[in-house]
Amino acid sequence: MALLTFKGGVHPDDGKSLAKDKAIVSVQPKGDLVYPVSQHIGAPASPIVAVGDRVLKGQKIAEAGGFVSAPVYASVSGTVKAIEPRFNPTGAKVNCIVVENDGEYEEVTYPAVKPLDEMTKEEILNAIGEAGVVGMGGAGFPTRVKLSPKEPDKIDYVIANCAECEPYITADYRRMIESPEKLVGGMRAVLRLFDNAKGIFGVEDNKPDCIAKLKELTKDEPRMEVLALKTKYPQGGERQLIYAATGRAINSAMLPADAGCVVDNVETLITINRAVTEGKPSMERVVTVSGNAVNAPGNFKAPFGMNQAELVEAAGGFKTEPEKMISGGPMMGFSMFTLDVPVTKTSSSILGFTKDEVAEYEPTACINCGRCVDACPSRLIPSRLADYAEHHDEETFTKHEGLECMECGSCSYVCPAKRPLKQAIGSMRKIALANRKKK
Amino acid sequence: MLSENKLKMSSSPHIRSKTTSGNIMLMVAVALLPAAAFGVYNFKLPALIMLISTTASAVLTEYIYQKFMHKKVTINDFSAVVTGLLLGLNMPASAPWWMGALGSVFGILIVKQLFGGLGQNFMNPALGARCFLLISFTGQMTTFIYDGVSGPTPLALLKGGEPVDTMSMLIGTIPGTIGETSVIAIIIGAIFLILMGVIDLRIPGTYIVTFAVFVGIFGHFQNPDIGFFDPQYITAHLCGGGIMLGAWFMATDYVTSPITKKGQLVYGVLLGVLTGLFRLFGGSAEGVSYAIIISNLLVPLIERVTLPKPFGKGGEK
Repeated sequence: MALLTFKGGVHPDDGKSLAKDKAIVSVQPKGDLVYPVSQHIGAPASPIVAVGDRVLKGQKIAEAGGFVSAPVYASVSGTVKAIEPRFNPTGAKVNCIVVENDGEYEEVTYPAVKPLDEMTKEEILNAIGEAGVVGMGGAGFPTRVKLSPKEPDKIDYVIANCAECEPYITADYRRMIESPEKLVGGMRAVLRLFDNAKGIFGVEDNKPDCIAKLKELTKDEPRMEVLALKTKYPQGGERQLIYAATGRAINSAMLPADAGCVVDNVETLITINRAVTEGKPSMERVVTVSGNAVNAPGNFKAPFGMNQAELVEAAGGFKTEPEKMISGGPMMGFSMFTLDVPVTKTSSSILGFTKDEVAEYEPTACINCGRCVDACPSRLIPSRLADYAEHHDEETFTKHEGLECMECGSCSYVCPAKRPLKQAIGSMRKIALANRKKK
Repeated sequence: MLSENKLKMSSSPHIRSKTTSGNIMLMVAVALLPAAAFGVYNFKLPALIMLISTTASAVLTEYIYQKFMHKKVTINDFSAVVTGLLLGLNMPASAPWWMGALGSVFGILIVKQLFGGLGQNFMNPALGARCFLLISFTGQMTTFIYDGVSGPTPLALLKGGEPVDTMSMLIGTIPGTIGETSVIAIIIGAIFLILMGVIDLRIPGTYIVTFAVFVGIFGHFQNPDIGFFDPQYITAHLCGGGIMLGAWFMATDYVTSPITKKGQLVYGVLLGVLTGLFRLFGGSAEGVSYAIIISNLLVPLIERVTLPKPFGKGGEK
């Protein structure tokens, strides 16, 4: 049988061997902890502590600022030092709660939890929402909202995104190897919410050990199935994953729920498991620190708010001076101008490279080769869309479906003329989406 | 060890494939070498002089123009080499070398650079140049001397209803332009390009199949002695003239062919029909060059009607 996949995509060097076999190491922060009140899509959380307050580990320091929002918790005990704008990993200045770590890690007493079987759906949803769980793969959509579709009975599949198709990142891989039972536990909790749904673990076939472990663990779970997917970027893109796993195709205007699907990634499901079975909030995650500039690449369980420079220190610092630092994967992550930024709910990795491949090449004229057309998973014509974008022709851009782009970057990756296609298309999308809202 | 002011910033993705436009053009140039080598073997020294003349003047024209216009010199992307080499392969070895040089100047200057340079030309520069020379110097461009004697090409014999030797057409020991005669040498280059992922079968495949079907049906109307789908007749048409060189190396030119997948199929069919029409019912025995440049002009229209539907909006999954 041909492996499940989608059409288009690219095969970059995966670089995963650098950190793949490094077991997860828990790290403790030394300096101040910085908690952005906006680590998710939606309204920023509102601080409920004041400067000078003492906070405990696991204490809520900002509450959800609306329905599409998520609370923020302290990951250490200490004193609130400031509430002020600071840089986040994407380079934006956002309001942050700064906590001075007292090094005692005094923790709150978490409320007692009922066994999963005795919880009502409402209680499960509340536990997830209250814990501040958001999509930890990168988008940061509040999970409670995602798990509350209009018609829960029409959800046929809950898909665990175990593809981890971004090069270099191995955080989810280590999670699946080291604590697959927690991932399955998260799936069990989510399946409780959707009576008619089947749980699918979609894993790229470059992780046969994960596939074997998950299969073994779910062999007595009639509602769960493990699917091997072809290793290809962006296999873990939501639309590509849904198509590969179920054969259903959604466009940019649709939600997974419109196709009867709910998708959550590995780290998110593990955080859901912790919220539901232990009553603990979202306050830490596994972060891969890798790249050829890093001394000892590895996977680290880091508390939110921890300074990223400290995390790089935990990985032995740099062996060569990096020319480029990336928060997230090399295909969709953000380049960073400083490491003085916190680990957030969506920080899947910190990568340091001695050479910037983007700066190495000068963009030249498009030769119309069509490699971007072959690579585009959304079946667009990226080279033309980039032309329209460069000419500020929003009308033609929209007419030729530029808004369907999901900015996976496959086009820029393959372009032999090294044109920054995704950059041009992405900028125009922002303008077009903003103008659409105005209307 | 981290000096933050040295960190580079850019929009994602932060990695790039190793393939560059220059690599691709170089591969095309390499793929043309078997045909060029056979041409030199077949037509001796004049062929070599012609190939050097067209290639050198194409590169030189691009260099001088870009220097003169204060533009970035792009001769290291090998596209001028490919244009010059292709034009040379499309010239009769018996034509004077300066004619080839003139063609290269026309192709690079008028067809390519004046329309904006690489990627902006609306027709294949080598073919534009060839057609310019065909019109300007019809006599010398259509006289083919082989083994010291001037004689008709197999295609001309075929049109006149005379027998041809398909084996020598396959190998290439026949009169014709420098690079078009050996089907085998051309196919070797084409296989290389397919294996390297530079071209695929969409355009050349549909072109050749459509053309074969067209002559299979209409050959009879041009010459009543030929039956429908006469295999020998079709083979002779496929091995004769410029269709192989045209289908594999000129119709596949990225810049002047449709970027849409469906459009490439439409383009291939159009090429096959036009070539068939020109060859069977046109004034001359050959029609590949005109078929390709006419189709080049229709590419924007073809693309407009073959835009793909996006994923999730009824498009191909």
